[in-house]
Amino acid sequence: MLQIRNLTKIYDGGVKALDNVSFDVPDGQFLAVIGLSGSGKSTLLRCINRLIEPTDGQILWNGEDITKASPEEMRRIRRKIGMVFQHFNLVHRSKVITNVLAGRLGYINPAWSLVNRFPKQDIEKAIQRLERVGIADKANIRADELSGGQQQRVGIARALMQDPQMILADEPVASLDPVLAHSIMKHLEDINDKDGVTVLCSLHFLDLVHRYADRVVALNAGTLVFEGLPREIDDKKFKDIYGRDAERVG
Amino acid sequence: MAAMPSGLGERNMNDNKANKKASPWKSIQLGLAILAGLVIYAYGFQITKVDLEDLRSERRQESLARVMRALAKPEILAYDQQEEVINSPVYVTCPAGGAPIVEQPDKSGAFIVVTPTCANPGEVVQVEGFNFAPNTTGPLRFVPGSDPSNIVQLGRANIQTDASGHFVVDFTLPKRPSEDVQYIRATLRQNVGVPHLTKTAHDTWDKIIETVFLALLATTFGTFLAIPLSFIAARNLMKPVRSPLASIALSIVGWPIGIVLGYVVVRWVEGLSAPLAENIPVNLLSIVVIPVILWLGIRWALPQEETTKPGGFLQTARFAAMFLIILIGFYGLFQLANLSKNLGLIGANSLGSLSFLGNFFFQAGDIVSIITPALGGLAAGATISSFLGKIGQRSTEKLSAAGVKTFNIIFSTLAGATAFGLIGQLVKWLYLVTNPVYVLWGPILTGALLGLALALFTKAKDTLPTGMVIYYVTRTFLNGLRSIEALVMAIVFVIAVGIGPFAGVMALGLHTIVSLAKLYSEQVESIMAGPLEAIQATGANRLQTIVYAVIPQIIPPYISYTMYRWDINVRMSTIIGFVGGGGIGFLLQQNINLLNYRAASAQMFAIAIVVASMDYISSVLREKYV
Repeated sequence: MLQIRNLTKIYDGGVKALDNVSFDVPDGQFLAVIGLSGSGKSTLLRCINRLIEPTDGQILWNGEDITKASPEEMRRIRRKIGMVFQHFNLVHRSKVITNVLAGRLGYINPAWSLVNRFPKQDIEKAIQRLERVGIADKANIRADELSGGQQQRVGIARALMQDPQMILADEPVASLDPVLAHSIMKHLEDINDKDGVTVLCSLHFLDLVHRYADRVVALNAGTLVFEGLPREIDDKKFKDIYGRDAERVG
Repeated sequence: MAAMPSGLGERNMNDNKANKKASPWKSIQLGLAILAGLVIYAYGFQITKVDLEDLRSERRQESLARVMRALAKPEILAYDQQEEVINSPVYVTCPAGGAPIVEQPDKSGAFIVVTPTCANPGEVVQVEGFNFAPNTTGPLRFVPGSDPSNIVQLGRANIQTDASGHFVVDFTLPKRPSEDVQYIRATLRQNVGVPHLTKTAHDTWDKIIETVFLALLATTFGTFLAIPLSFIAARNLMKPVRSPLASIALSIVGWPIGIVLGYVVVRWVEGLSAPLAENIPVNLLSIVVIPVILWLGIRWALPQEETTKPGGFLQTARFAAMFLIILIGFYGLFQLANLSKNLGLIGANSLGSLSFLGNFFFQAGDIVSIITPALGGLAAGATISSFLGKIGQRSTEKLSAAGVKTFNIIFSTLAGATAFGLIGQLVKWLYLVTNPVYVLWGPILTGALLGLALALFTKAKDTLPTGMVIYYVTRTFLNGLRSIEALVMAIVFVIAVGIGPFAGVMALGLHTIVSLAKLYSEQVESIMAGPLEAIQATGANRLQTIVYAVIPQIIPPYISYTMYRWDINVRMSTIIGFVGGGGIGFLLQQNINLLNYRAASAQMFAIAIVVASMDYISSVLREKYV
């Protein structure tokens, strides 16, 4: 169970990215986060694993307050939270397998990572994860030689390496064409269904939300404006979320 | 979104500017700017004394031509020369009895005839030579005094024999009147055999090799030390580093304690290894056995992956094992150094032309044994400091606010006193101040008060931007050192280690460290933030983030900058000899000072060839690997 309580983030310049946001996510749920660009979706996801320090509020995960965790505890918490990014964020010059193995860094002893050594079972596991997303044959080529869809699958394999209990996906399909978008979303759905991993996924297209999400939260200028089932988003709700002048596409 | 309107506005303004007609005010402004430029350059001419008058003077042009001709003929190849020296008597001022009868020359070999055989000083006589080697050149000179073997020669005419070995030349007699017979001497030189390399060429070759290796060593050492420095001089890596006051204070206290402890312990280990130092079989055995022990020990004490936290007993055991492993490691390091020294000594005495390998091993061993205690001190300093820092961090997390405040006050005061006390001792050593009020009690009190003030004014659980402090200190240090030219550093090192290439290596090496660290750190600052974020999100700590997200991104620019620096170092090493730093510069300066321009020219050519080929090689490598 993930509980967000009165979460507020004010950036150094005084921009209020999140304003008193509260909601709960039960274990195993596929939650879509929607809203305009700049509405605070990315900030919200990054506050959960504290890539961004929240200004105020609480994030309780299985009863433990993430915002109060020490660096040591944070390492333990982060390794259970996988993250998938819009721009994949792979290390381009490293091999695919190294990128995937990087998902294990939260577990292995830092001293060993200096000399680039991973335990054998981790390497086997990395190959299995790559097989699961269907690109095990690409394990030994450089990450920047892959196409966008393949890179995102490496990103998912990296998140899976963490044996996550939760995955934060920050617009995972915004840089991909519709066909690839569905294939990536299906992988996330599969992980959600089969492994029971909680997924928090920010999305732009409502048809994807309808198709994949169990529940939706919507942000507008940092405030929570909607919380409910995907089918409850009618025209009026839509205009609340996206503004008066918005029109539906797709 | 906020950026859009202002961006649009700017474009509109530019459009307006373009549409506006040029106003008179604009023209006046332009005119004034040109006038100001003119004044600046005029003053520049005055300051730099631009003056072509000298260039036009005949004397200057003559010397210039002479030097240019010498430079165009580098002293690289030379023939063995055969000289033919023939004297002929002459009287300067004719004796009272009219033209004297001179002895007939021996006409079987080469001979010269002077007509007339006497003349007044400043008058011209004609000199004719016969039977010389054909097509040779040489000087015709006047030998004062009555000794034909006198080496003093005056006046000069150049002679050139024709195909039959004959020449005729006019010679002006110098102002050396004498009643005795004097001589005119023809010296004709002929090249024999094939050309061979001159001594200058050999010296130049030796020194240019020295130059290239000087640059190589300086670049290598500089690069290795610049890499870690560049990470702590990179804003994006250091900005997130923040720690609570208690942690900082304890780390500061930990450094000196650790350094002293580490140094003492490592010296103790050195003492243990000393009795067996000369014994090569023992050396060999230890450097085979010790790595195995280390490998097994580290595998046990540092498990690769652990999902559950180990118990207290196991942790203590591991800690003890690590300590032992480190001691054994240092023992092994000393044995390795001794082995290297012993083998090196043997090699230096028995390898003949390869004895430089022996010397290398001896020197490498010596370097290891000198820096190991220092290394041990630093390692222990870092360990104890980070250990104490962690205790500080823990206490800040666990204690109540009031508890933390007390903790902060105690340790911050202590840390301030320690840091300032050490600075005081440095001042004592550097400026030879002996009054303990200035170098001991004063600084300690100041530091303690500052620490106390910091602790009082910091909120108990607040974190301080340690990273940014380290960043600014490092940057300032780098910028300061970088502004000192390598040539100036070389002067200091010449005093420290003596004249020679090693001083040059140290000077260039140090300059390489600081300038590369700056360039490297700018590269670190410009890496993509995405991968960094992704690696952090997996739970990686700072060290892992650097290894997996930063290093792969900076390899190409690092290689590129290292090559660039290598170029610069080769060029610098050619002149570092001017101040005694070794390399070809020493030779070049010497020859310039001796006005030996042909030799200097050989060295300049050598420099040009080396710099150009290094340029070429590095550009090829850069294309290939970057």
